[in-house]
Amino acid sequence: MVSVVSSRVAAPDTPAPDPRRRGSIARGRRRLGIAYATPMAVLVAVFFVVPLGLMLWMSVNHWPLVGASAPNGVENFAALSDPLFLRAVGFTLKYTAVTTVVLGLVAFGLALLVQHDRPGSGFVRTVFFLPSAVGLASTSLLFYGLFTTDSSALNQVLGFLGLGRVDWLGSGGSALGSTVAMITWRFAGFYMLILMTGLQSIDPELYEAARIDGANRRQILWRVTLPLLRPTLALAMVLSLTGSLLAFDQFFILTGGRHDTATVVIDIYREAFLSQDLGRAAAVSVATLAVLIVLNFAQLRLIRREGR
Amino acid sequence: MTSHARFLAAVAGALLLAACQSGPATTAAGDTASVDDGTTITMWTRSPTATFSQTLIDAYNASHRNKVKLTVFPADSYQQKVGTAAGARQLPDLLAADVVYAPNYAAKGLFLDVTARVNQLPFKGTLAAAHVKAATFEGKHYAVPHDIDLSALFYNKVLFTRAGLDPAKPPSTMDEVVAAARKVTALGGDVKGYFFGGACPGCQLFTSWPMIWASGGTVLNEQGTAATLDNPQAAQVYALLRRMYTEGLVPASAKNESGPTWTQSFLDGKIGIQPMGATALQGIKEGPDLQVGVAPIPGLKGGSSSFVGGDVLGVGSTSAHAAAAWDFIAWTLTDQAQVDVVAKSKNITVRADLADNTYARQDPRLGVFNRLASQGRTPISVNFGKTFNDTTGPWTATVLDAVFGSGDVGATLKQHNAAVTESLASGS
Repeated sequence: MVSVVSSRVAAPDTPAPDPRRRGSIARGRRRLGIAYATPMAVLVAVFFVVPLGLMLWMSVNHWPLVGASAPNGVENFAALSDPLFLRAVGFTLKYTAVTTVVLGLVAFGLALLVQHDRPGSGFVRTVFFLPSAVGLASTSLLFYGLFTTDSSALNQVLGFLGLGRVDWLGSGGSALGSTVAMITWRFAGFYMLILMTGLQSIDPELYEAARIDGANRRQILWRVTLPLLRPTLALAMVLSLTGSLLAFDQFFILTGGRHDTATVVIDIYREAFLSQDLGRAAAVSVATLAVLIVLNFAQLRLIRREGR
Repeated sequence: MTSHARFLAAVAGALLLAACQSGPATTAAGDTASVDDGTTITMWTRSPTATFSQTLIDAYNASHRNKVKLTVFPADSYQQKVGTAAGARQLPDLLAADVVYAPNYAAKGLFLDVTARVNQLPFKGTLAAAHVKAATFEGKHYAVPHDIDLSALFYNKVLFTRAGLDPAKPPSTMDEVVAAARKVTALGGDVKGYFFGGACPGCQLFTSWPMIWASGGTVLNEQGTAATLDNPQAAQVYALLRRMYTEGLVPASAKNESGPTWTQSFLDGKIGIQPMGATALQGIKEGPDLQVGVAPIPGLKGGSSSFVGGDVLGVGSTSAHAAAAWDFIAWTLTDQAQVDVVAKSKNITVRADLADNTYARQDPRLGVFNRLASQGRTPISVNFGKTFNDTTGPWTATVLDAVFGSGDVGATLKQHNAAVTESLASGS
């Protein structure tokens, strides 16, 4: 996210060739370019650069939610050694790893199922994609009802099957499992679409050649499909990792952070609005942003290298 | 100054305001005015107090030219909502606050200083002392008592009769509570003996701390800066709650009950005994399945205590209608409002001199509440919210582990006590 946006900011500042040599046409084109880029640059400046600067400034200030603020150096960064924060980091990493693997496998399976244009495949794609049209907070509330109400459809099915009562959100492990299941339901269709376009862009002749050479299905999957799908997989992974590291809604609504399911963003929220200390919240945000920038930078480099 | 320069100055001023927030408002501290001139006054409260506040507001609006407009927020997001509004200087004219948060709100300057106005009240000395103390900061008054909510044992007389228990004789020790819960659970069907909001940290402290107090134990030190949960009485209380849950005297759904519906099963007539807030009485509809009796929350071996909570009401520090807002506040404390509105709708008066009113004499349950109001405790701590009411805070993990965990209860409490103390003592 971050690097994509910042490359757009740079656009109006790109040095143009010397206007005197290129004449008035070039100057006109340059003006036009600036005119095109300005609205976006203003939006980015007002809604991204300025808040970002304010956040950096807040992180080095004692900044209560109410009352006067004053610079206090790096004191706020003590929030990074808070035991609650450390547990939140541990849980967020665990959640990110589990979600990325489960979601990736399910989405890839779905993409393999619907990649070919057969009768009805459009309908099936739509069905799989539909959950992505529901907001994450709404999804979480919906599943909160399914998980916690004894008479919900989900629990009734379980009762019908004679499986007894399942405590969906009652412990750290079950809450993680239930949330990953919900996230998979919500996002599998979206990642399926991304992976499907990747699959469809692979030249069919390659498959043909592999089959002529006597490769079986498994070999084709490992030696042809996956290597050629790597840029698409990497893109899906960037999106999934970033989304999971910034997880908030699902845990805020489903567990409220109980049973050690507080994520890093829940910790930021807690610092800001419960401890009412915006300075410490900003310090945690700055650290999170730094990690995300490094991570996205590394992943985007990986995509570029593999794309060749 | 040209208009251009004025514009620049305005922009600079706005930027300055955004970059460096101002401190608590101290203007109008000596002001004692109250006006009833048809002003529309905004008021915020949290969901558990909504019915109570609305009853008062309806009566006020019907007899005054000012009009109070109430906005209700869910209890678990009220603190955040108020904090954000205060940061943006958009507080309502009338701000109600959970009494345990009052010290924090007063210290942070969310309330207007109403010392002069409070001192003018002829009945100042009779206002609920715990509430007044919580809303006083550095010798100044920032809010007055709004409603007193205290925890008491509610029991369903219908189920007591069916289970062969004497509905006129509520349990007076925790052991008797367990015994009665067993008998009610034995009725079968979807009826259970006991209920608590297992995943609701606020409900749990509201109902279980009195059991510890009544048994001679403590929870916090005097200053509210350290936890003292590692005492044998607390261990026995939570061991007892755990036993009731594992024995099946409590519905399995209690474990994940996070607060919003924690009284519903009792109101449906499916629970024998449940400690809850006195204000619940106002909203209870009795019928053939539910006849409500109330009793003090007992200790392990007798005694009784109560968590005296509720809300205080003050003027938002950024309000532009302070005089009109005070007109409403002063009215809520009058004999007329306290007796003919508050007591009539089965609530506790916030003035000690009105406790023995006609309505309290008619309903023995109100008599129990009024007695408890003077016996109970209100723990005070600046960091109460983030330590005890926050679902990611240390108390939530403590009470979940103590009631639903598998390790020794005493060891669990001892282990968590340090984290609770650390949170209470950390900077505000």
